[in-house]
Amino acid sequence: MPHDKSLNIEDLQYANLTESAESRSKLVHTFGALAELGHEVASRSNFQDTIRTSLHLILGSLGIMRGGVARYSRFEHEFNMLAVRGLGESFPLSLELCYEDERQFLTNGLAPIEVAQAAVLPFFQVYDRTFSASRLELFVPLVIHEETVGAIFLGEKATGLPFSSYDREIICAMGRHIGSAIAQRNLLAEIERRSEENRRLYDDLRMTYSDTVKAFAAAIDFKDKYTEGHSVRVGKYSEIIASELGWNADEVEGAAVAGYLHDVGKLTVERKIINAPYRINAKESAELNKHPSVGFEILSPIHHPYTDVPLAAKYHHERIDGRGYPDGLYDRQIPYIAKVVNLADSFDAMTTDRPYRRRRPPHEVFDDLHRNSGRQFAPELVTAFMRGMLKELQGESKEKRFRKLLGREYMEAEGLASSLRNILNSMTPTSPLTRISVGQAHG
Amino acid sequence: MNSEGASLGTASAKTAVVYADDYLNKLTGEKIERECKLLLEEGCTELVVDLSRTEIVNSIGVSILLGVIDTASNAGARVIFSEVNETTVELFDMLGVTRHADILDRAA
Repeated sequence: MPHDKSLNIEDLQYANLTESAESRSKLVHTFGALAELGHEVASRSNFQDTIRTSLHLILGSLGIMRGGVARYSRFEHEFNMLAVRGLGESFPLSLELCYEDERQFLTNGLAPIEVAQAAVLPFFQVYDRTFSASRLELFVPLVIHEETVGAIFLGEKATGLPFSSYDREIICAMGRHIGSAIAQRNLLAEIERRSEENRRLYDDLRMTYSDTVKAFAAAIDFKDKYTEGHSVRVGKYSEIIASELGWNADEVEGAAVAGYLHDVGKLTVERKIINAPYRINAKESAELNKHPSVGFEILSPIHHPYTDVPLAAKYHHERIDGRGYPDGLYDRQIPYIAKVVNLADSFDAMTTDRPYRRRRPPHEVFDDLHRNSGRQFAPELVTAFMRGMLKELQGESKEKRFRKLLGREYMEAEGLASSLRNILNSMTPTSPLTRISVGQAHG
Repeated sequence: MNSEGASLGTASAKTAVVYADDYLNKLTGEKIERECKLLLEEGCTELVVDLSRTEIVNSIGVSILLGVIDTASNAGARVIFSEVNETTVELFDMLGVTRHADILDRAA
């Protein structure tokens, strides 16, 4: 008997050692899986891949025969399966929930629910047959920050043993990782959706603004029957100058808007003064010359997406030699956008018919711009403007912007391109626009 | 990984051997899974997974092998693991893999 007793003790000791070695192996295996899951979730892998890998890790770490991971859609009130293994082809891709299910899952939190013991919930009643056919044993609602983001469905363990409390702990820990990955993905999708919505709203707003600006320009031009389309043309010339200066898209658009609205103050000037078919007298001129300041007052309370639009209206009759109005500002005192609009405005005034004179021929206009460069106009703006026109004349720009604004005949004036080249060379002597072609030397 | 016909099992069984790489993870595991599915579709009734070159099987590998066993079982076929190292045998025992698949030439 003592011999038997001694054997029993040895057996027990051996059993304990074996059990402890197995527990160690189990720990190493599951912690390895947990570490890998953490790495997978933190990686920038494709979301679907992450979920598929996560399912593998949870099944493989505990030796579970089958399972699935679903994302919860709070709009559709349903679980949408993201990854499935061994649940059978008849397992639904979406599983609907009712309010009571949602409430219970939230209350339950991230803890495994025994499918066999959850028949009180409508969700398990509705899908009872499906779950039985797929041999599901555990259901884990993925509740992250008090929000259900998904669920894990788990089948039987390959050992045939029930899930232990250790298994459940591991499932919870892995569920937290998977839930976080889904929550993060949801957040990203929400940010993308809102950003897209914002972009659309912004585009709508810009469109509305642009339409309003054009309507204003049309209203301004409507008042002056002799300068029909003047504001629109000044907008377009300002746009050309800005793009030739290398401004970015927003700044170019801002320059166009400043051009469209530069004469808004004329809305308050009497029509008979604007439309006078003669040179107006001093009193009428004083009345007309108020329009820049009035324009500024009209435009200032409006929140424009571009800066300096009101300033362009106020100072577009200033000259860099200080002889302009309303304030007689000198060069650097004048806002740059106002200088741009001033050039565009003057160019349009010279190239369109007025009640008391015909439009001036192109050579005369460009000589005028050249002569007044450094007096009325900023020289770099004059060169930018002429460069834009020369590019078009030489076929270097596909857009026919000047041709549309000035007409084909005007643009085809003899010698215009060479005249522009000469002016540009004289204004920028350090970089003459002369082409030198090196040919083969003749013997 | 290669697969080839082999003369294992009963005379009526159609047997194929699938060779696993040194580390059975997601990439190599999915290759085995695809290969096994093809063989099962071709009517294979005995799938021998040769693990002679395999040193480590991680959790993803276990999940994939359980999937292979499940698919084979649904197709009326069986899976046999051969040349399994001791560590992997212990892992398969611990996780219950060996309840669903035999291990060939297992040490007593």
